[in-house]
Amino acid sequence: MAQPTRPGQSTIETPGKIAVTLTVNGARTQLEVAPWTTLLDALRDHLDLTGTKKGCDHGQCGACTVLVDGRRINSCLTLAVMKDGASVTTIEGLAADGGLHPLQQAFIDHDAFQCGYCTPGQICSAVGLIAEGRAKTADEIRELMSGNICRCGAYPNILAAIQQVMGRS
Amino acid sequence: MINFHYARATDIADAIRQIAADPAAKFIAGGTNLIDLMKENVERPTRLIDISRLPLKAVDETSQGGLRIGALVPNSDLAYDPLVERRYPMLCSAILAGASQQLRNMASTGGNLLQRTRCCYFYDTATPCNKRKPGSGCSAVGGLNRMHAILGASDACIATHPSDMCVALAALDAEVHVVGPVGERTIRFTEFHRLPDDAPHRDTNLAADEIVTAIELPARGFAANYSYLKIRDRLSYAFALVSVAVGLELEGGTIREARIALGGVAHKPWRDPAAEASLRGKAADATTFAQAAHLYLREAKGYAHNSFKINLARRAIVRAMTQAARGTPQSQSHKQIR
Repeated sequence: MAQPTRPGQSTIETPGKIAVTLTVNGARTQLEVAPWTTLLDALRDHLDLTGTKKGCDHGQCGACTVLVDGRRINSCLTLAVMKDGASVTTIEGLAADGGLHPLQQAFIDHDAFQCGYCTPGQICSAVGLIAEGRAKTADEIRELMSGNICRCGAYPNILAAIQQVMGRS
Repeated sequence: MINFHYARATDIADAIRQIAADPAAKFIAGGTNLIDLMKENVERPTRLIDISRLPLKAVDETSQGGLRIGALVPNSDLAYDPLVERRYPMLCSAILAGASQQLRNMASTGGNLLQRTRCCYFYDTATPCNKRKPGSGCSAVGGLNRMHAILGASDACIATHPSDMCVALAALDAEVHVVGPVGERTIRFTEFHRLPDDAPHRDTNLAADEIVTAIELPARGFAANYSYLKIRDRLSYAFALVSVAVGLELEGGTIREARIALGGVAHKPWRDPAAEASLRGKAADATTFAQAAHLYLREAKGYAHNSFKINLARRAIVRAMTQAARGTPQSQSHKQIR
């Protein structure tokens, strides 16, 4: 590996890889990552879990949303080494016993996508939203889902899908 | 992203030892701003010191009737803390007006204070920026400056501080507890962030080898009469053009105490103690609110694309004070401004 250098600074020793243990979708997983590997890249490139999408890679679009210890976060702004020992749930981990998660079924029922690229992030975010229990009205759902952008503009159908699962369709 | 070393701090003393030993190192907690800036090549630390596991995650009542908020309390936990909701609803409202729930779940209280500006030239390493590279010049003064400062700016920098939470903390007269190699000290919130003057690369008065450990709120919370009004280009998930935090203590229809802090208009949350003092004993009515708005913006200066902010800020102050006096604070989910 090349020595990392900075303009105006002397060469520093190459940072080595670090062992990280994650429980991903219920399975205990050990991997070795460079310090600058984001959780998003660890999931996609090290664990082949490509359901979680890289959209903007700057925390602005929400496509990379996963649940860490039950809370929704942007995996593109999270270093994998900082989550050593954590439990991660991705879109691949939502379906149980061969059946779809209720939100996955609701997104199909309400045609809550067009191209589908934002959908894994939308669904993981909605799982987090429902677990938080803060959103009651349509306005509150819209506000607390505002970190997930859908450039196809499926927002009314995404809202309807979430409301269906919240039992207020 | 750039390459860097990673180390975990075992306790506060260890964190300070590690940062003092490496001037090119940075602390990381939530990482929501720092990692973004590292991807943009704006921040280039050679070592990250992970402080996210330090025991600074409690919200405790103080003997003075206030609250002490650990620096690592996530923004979302703070916004939904029952004590904070009951006694400092202005703070909850300001937090929920900012970012997205994913980011609020990650971002720490201390880190929120240390966010860098979102000035597009600060982010664009192909352009001069005195904040990013001291002495290189300010591209915003004669450039695209719609989002930029109208108060307290200098020829060297017209960037604004991006935080919503900090606007409420300024209005509430919070204090920042920090620890460094020589021990603890307390910084008044209004003195924590700096105006740009001729050193815009320094956002705050925190020393490089100090760590924020807690934010302390005094007992006075303005829970009955407050509002946080944020005006922005989109209804959600956008930085403020102008925001206003207002807290009033009323006696009948008379103002006993008034706090007004502005966001999106300066290099730090903007307070004007003289203007606030002039409100004491005045009737809480439209005439008084208009006088306050006039006073707050009396030294405002617009640039090519942001002069509209001056009148926008005046009207936002009047509206937020009206909402506070009526006891009908701005909702952060039902977006209509009444």
